[in-house]
Amino acid sequence: MSDNTTQPEFDDLTPTDNVLSAIEDVKAATRKQVRSEQIRMLLRSPGFIVGVIVVGFWVLAAVVPGLLTTWGPKEFVDSAPPRTAPPDGGWFGTDKIGRDVYSRVIYGARPILIVAPLATGIAIVVGTFLGLIMGYYRGYVDEIISRVIEAILSIPVILMAILVVFTFGQSRPVIIGTIAVLFVPAITRTIRSAAIAEAQLDYVTSAKMRGETGLFIVSREILPNVTGLIVVELTVRLGYAVFTYATLAFLGIVTTNVTDADWGIDVSQNYEAIVSDIWWPTIFPALAIASLVIGVNLIADSVDKVLKS
Amino acid sequence: MTITQNDSVDAATAALSVEELRMSYIVRGTPREVLRGVSFEIQPGEAYGLVGESGCGKSTTAYAALRYLPGNGQIDGGRVTADGGELTAMSASELRKFRARHVSMVYQDPVQALNPVLKIGRQVAESFEVLGQSKAEAHQSAIDALRRVHIAAPESVMERFPHQLSGGMLQRVVIAMALACDPRLLVLDEPTTGLDATVEAEVLDLVRELRSELNSGILLIAHNLGVIRTMCDRVGVMYAGRVVEEGTVEAVFDNPSHPYTKGLLNSIPRHGVRKTDRELFAIPGNLPQIGDPLPTCVYLDRCPIATDLCRQEQPPIVQHSDGHWSRCHHADRIDEVPEPEEVAEEHTVGSEEVIGVHGVSKTFRQRGHDVPALVSVDLGFAEGETLGLVGESGSGKSTLAKTMLGVHAADEGGAITLRGRAMKGKATERIDESIRAIQMVFQNPDSALNRSWTVRRILMRTVTKLTGLKGDEAEARAVEIAHSMRLSDRHLDMRPRQLSGGLKQRVAIARAFAGDPNVVVCDEPTSALDVSVQAAILNLLAQLQRDDRTSYMFISHDIGVVRYLADRIAVMYVGRIVELGTTDEIFEGPNHPYTEALLSAVPNIDGVAEQRIPLIGEIPSPADPPPGCVFHTRCHRVVEGLCDTQVPPEVVLSERHTIQCHLSPEQLSTPVEITATVAEI
Repeated sequence: MSDNTTQPEFDDLTPTDNVLSAIEDVKAATRKQVRSEQIRMLLRSPGFIVGVIVVGFWVLAAVVPGLLTTWGPKEFVDSAPPRTAPPDGGWFGTDKIGRDVYSRVIYGARPILIVAPLATGIAIVVGTFLGLIMGYYRGYVDEIISRVIEAILSIPVILMAILVVFTFGQSRPVIIGTIAVLFVPAITRTIRSAAIAEAQLDYVTSAKMRGETGLFIVSREILPNVTGLIVVELTVRLGYAVFTYATLAFLGIVTTNVTDADWGIDVSQNYEAIVSDIWWPTIFPALAIASLVIGVNLIADSVDKVLKS
Repeated sequence: MTITQNDSVDAATAALSVEELRMSYIVRGTPREVLRGVSFEIQPGEAYGLVGESGCGKSTTAYAALRYLPGNGQIDGGRVTADGGELTAMSASELRKFRARHVSMVYQDPVQALNPVLKIGRQVAESFEVLGQSKAEAHQSAIDALRRVHIAAPESVMERFPHQLSGGMLQRVVIAMALACDPRLLVLDEPTTGLDATVEAEVLDLVRELRSELNSGILLIAHNLGVIRTMCDRVGVMYAGRVVEEGTVEAVFDNPSHPYTKGLLNSIPRHGVRKTDRELFAIPGNLPQIGDPLPTCVYLDRCPIATDLCRQEQPPIVQHSDGHWSRCHHADRIDEVPEPEEVAEEHTVGSEEVIGVHGVSKTFRQRGHDVPALVSVDLGFAEGETLGLVGESGSGKSTLAKTMLGVHAADEGGAITLRGRAMKGKATERIDESIRAIQMVFQNPDSALNRSWTVRRILMRTVTKLTGLKGDEAEARAVEIAHSMRLSDRHLDMRPRQLSGGLKQRVAIARAFAGDPNVVVCDEPTSALDVSVQAAILNLLAQLQRDDRTSYMFISHDIGVVRYLADRIAVMYVGRIVELGTTDEIFEGPNHPYTEALLSAVPNIDGVAEQRIPLIGEIPSPADPPPGCVFHTRCHRVVEGLCDTQVPPEVVLSERHTIQCHLSPEQLSTPVEITATVAEI
């Protein structure tokens, strides 16, 4: 019957529920198969691979910076005077007092890669806990915590950070805590809305009817069903944490010692020199920040896409 | 392979003609065949129905015929012509124009079919503007269109937003829009599936009436055989992407000649059959998955009369009578398809009340107002008894179930008793024995089972919680229950998403039975399932009841299913039980006027048309119940000055049959004259 050789194109591409459920049936596979299929999908996605290479490089730099550099972060380069442009002054040139910019960029990965993941981790744990409690119990608990969260969200991020740091001092734990507190509201809201949706499902009603405690329902029944969302939230927030830390470092409130190798600090120490065409001590640390944020976000996007597919 | 040989003439005039349509979905790079050569024809003015289980390709056929496919769908062959144009050869822009002028579609869910942020008037007028009318003309046409679908005050409806209208009203609006272009072909894809039986009946009446005015062909897709029977001239039975039997509805439904059709018809309770008479026929096995190679007969694996011939050759088309054919080698041996088994065991109902609901009310507080969702409900469950609970959505059925189960605490004054002793209101406060005594099977197993738990864990946790067994003992009990639900060991380590709908519901039933309950509340347990799976679940429930003498409260909108399973039926309206009686008494009458209307709304698959009593308007909100008899606003037997002022007394018709109504049984038995109605807001 198909004598019309050219297969016409379809202009309206709207899948119907029936179609989707039919495809779902074909997919019915064990959890292990789903997992390995997801991992395979991740490994096939170029965004994920690029992200892992970029982030992996910076993790390596943070763990063993000496392996990638010849100079220390505070050493003065013998072979070139200060303010030597690349390539004469090394790959990234030398800064205004004669340190190797490349070495400082490599060493600068460490503080940011300590603070950002820790802060994100704390924020995720607290945010998930609060979100689940609020979403499951609703009522007064939800109302009160929601108002607190709105209050935190209404304070400008930078203002809040500056206030906290000047109150509690410029130590690393304070910085980690500050970033965590800044991130808790958004995470809480995401998890809360997912928990609300889950709490309305009948398996929760069924658990209530057999007399399960609230703690059991939240931790054993609901939590496993929102883990995908938590993973996505974790990767997305990590990118923001990197960004936030770099901003705070630029503002000079992460440490009292401005000679420490730190991307944000280096940018703030050198950006004025850009007007006199000395761009390299500013641009390279700035690019380092950008590359780490982009790398993390590429991973976040691919993970999100795979979990949703 | 086409149906009739002289259809070359017909094809040119047919509203839709599908010839040997084959189509597949590309899943992970491999094309998987869904439609394996579908052929049928719809003449102008004819209504053609497609039936079959979900996943057999009914909707896909409709979408593929209009080339309205998802991104991974591809047509592999075949020819579709409609109204003289060949759809399979059209370019994208021709197709667009063709669909706009000649075809309309009505989908299952009217809420999703309308834009929630635009007023009804805007949306209806738009479908006329597309046809080239000016704004003013389109506005007038929209009003006329709404009037045509019997909307009483079109001007005011035009000014409303979709969320301000009921489901039945919205479906009328969607139909009005579909008729805007005066289509040659109207496709109705499960148009009444999400609606109450009473609203469904209204919408179907409307379509039936419009059919006589229009000269368009109608393609009706439905899984409800009753709907097809009452609406269509001809029907095609689909299985695994192929039409296996076709003919007039009378021929196919009264004289099925394909084993699949016969199986489908045997799986629904018909002719008033009861659980004490015989089992329902559950078609063994599962629907083949899309893409499975089925070189010969598509129904081979599940067919009870298959022979080697069926394995070797494609079945031919066998003509039975004019236009009635089936695709089967053994159409002459159709009588050998086994009839469902007679029930030999005695079904006994105890006399002692196990669980009692005495004067239970439930009032919710909403924005400072009291909303009485249940008003003084009295019910009792004897051992081994099934109480059917029917009523429109919003009548308080689920609230009653949840109150019994302790999800909400009942108001002070009433009591839920277990063997005469009152239980606490909330499940968390109840003693273990009370929790164990009442369990529930939910409507939607996808929602009722935790998707990250294995079946084993779901059952073990419930066993531990309800019986106190631990470790190996709990596991042994869980496995035992699973086996009694005919789940195999293989299923125990699966998660819900790996199971089919029927298996999921078995797990949910297993969970409810884990603690050996006295009463199991079944809240529409089969409404999400296909009829053949429904049959298996109903058989299972009946079997469990015979073995364990468990009582059921069976909530369902499907009167046929309730009739099959229930010993007594309670009819609920706005939180009140308006009629309670044995199943026979309810079906024999006399009835409460509400029951009378409900029963008349059921599309009858046996083709015996009764006069339908329409229920006008909406079920009143429990927040603002009408004074006097709550039903007087919609009652066709209303007595002015009595029903709207005084609460009706209880009329005792027999020892177990009571009605809340002012009228005498004699008055209730006399037929009433029904006048045509329009839908009001």
